[in-house]
Amino acid sequence: MADEVVLLDLWSSMFGMRVRVALAEKGVEYEYKEQDLRNKGPLLLEMNPIHKKIPVLIHNGKPICESLIIVQYIDEVWHHKAPLLPSDPYQRAQARFWADYVDKKVYPPGRKIWATKGDEQEEAKKEFIEILKVLEGELGEKPYFGGESFGFVDISFVTFSCWFHVYETFGNFSIEKECPKLMAWVKRCQERESVSKSLPDEKKLLEFVYYLMKIFGIE
Amino acid sequence: MASSSEKVKVLGFWVSPFVRRVEWALKLKGVDYEYIEEDIFNKSSLLLKLNPVRQKVPVLVHDLKVVAESYVILEYIDEIWKQNSLLPLDPYQRAMARFWAKFAEEKVFETAWNALCSGGEEKEKALKIAIESLEILEGEAKKIQNFFGGDRIGYLDIAMGWIGYWLPVWEQVGCMSILDPLKFPATSAWAKRFISHPLIKHNLPPREEMLVYFDKRSKELSSISQGWIKV
Repeated sequence: MADEVVLLDLWSSMFGMRVRVALAEKGVEYEYKEQDLRNKGPLLLEMNPIHKKIPVLIHNGKPICESLIIVQYIDEVWHHKAPLLPSDPYQRAQARFWADYVDKKVYPPGRKIWATKGDEQEEAKKEFIEILKVLEGELGEKPYFGGESFGFVDISFVTFSCWFHVYETFGNFSIEKECPKLMAWVKRCQERESVSKSLPDEKKLLEFVYYLMKIFGIE
Repeated sequence: MASSSEKVKVLGFWVSPFVRRVEWALKLKGVDYEYIEEDIFNKSSLLLKLNPVRQKVPVLVHDLKVVAESYVILEYIDEIWKQNSLLPLDPYQRAMARFWAKFAEEKVFETAWNALCSGGEEKEKALKIAIESLEILEGEAKKIQNFFGGDRIGYLDIAMGWIGYWLPVWEQVGCMSILDPLKFPATSAWAKRFISHPLIKHNLPPREEMLVYFDKRSKELSSISQGWIKV
């Protein structure tokens, strides 16, 4: 029986992008269904009644929610190709630790950089750069966070890279200047088709943020 | 099989439910370990060296390998010591266990903690979310007979085990009612079964001291007024 894989997602979501990258790495065919989060459809509400959020992966009718949980699920189901987590338990624990760090730490200050002004924005910018520097330190001289292979931590973080242009524009800073090794890693990841085909154009994201600000009445 | 206790160490803080998760898992697997008490208000150079990024307990040291973050440690323990497995084998069931553990952490633990450490409108808001979230969990608790792990304690039981022991203490200290046994009979029954399990009940902090600690701590945190506290 052929697998039926559906992804409920939003084009601009760095969380949804993680799932797109993972599915692409595994070569899994799926149906992408763009969601309107201001007018949530019955399928989303049925498949994620608890959080009513994207991404949701629906595999043969069964929903899986929360992007990093979905990515691990994908890795476990389609385990015969492109392993995303290392096979060694200690390396796996390290990968989970760092993906959790990205998941908890990056989004909140990033969002504040474009959604706030003045002191709050400055604080957020400082915090954001600090976090990026910690991640850059963890990357070290390795080509990927996973070492020689692109993996779980890379997937969890690279999807923020298309949002860097938004953060830099609003925060008036250069991530390249602050974290050159990280930007080299971003470029390396973008050479992978799974990444370049899954992430939207950064200029489109900037336009989208201007649009969001207009409708939410943020100055 | 079980390693000698010199090889496994747990850095913890006596009252932390996150630390107990790790201890419960090791005990369930029959793994000996050395426990090292850490004063989280006066962090040792050992802790800062072992977990420089988050600077928190629990930290597991296995041979020379260091693992931090309680949920990450649980999965590591489960993968190293294969007896009495904590997570199911089936990928979908594993995803469900991870989903509910995350849900409980963000929507019950964090909200109950914030309700304890705040007042007025903030407290009411946090309480409302905690109770609504417990209503959702109650639906899952109704589906089980014994534990979320089946006949044996599993990952999700360990992740949510604090509900049966820490939560009643917070309710008492914060003069709040969250886990009402009349409203949440299935969750209350599960919590009781978990806390009474022989390997769990002998590995809990003393209740009287917990009341004193959380009373002091919640007053300290509410006087700082720092907005939503992320755990």
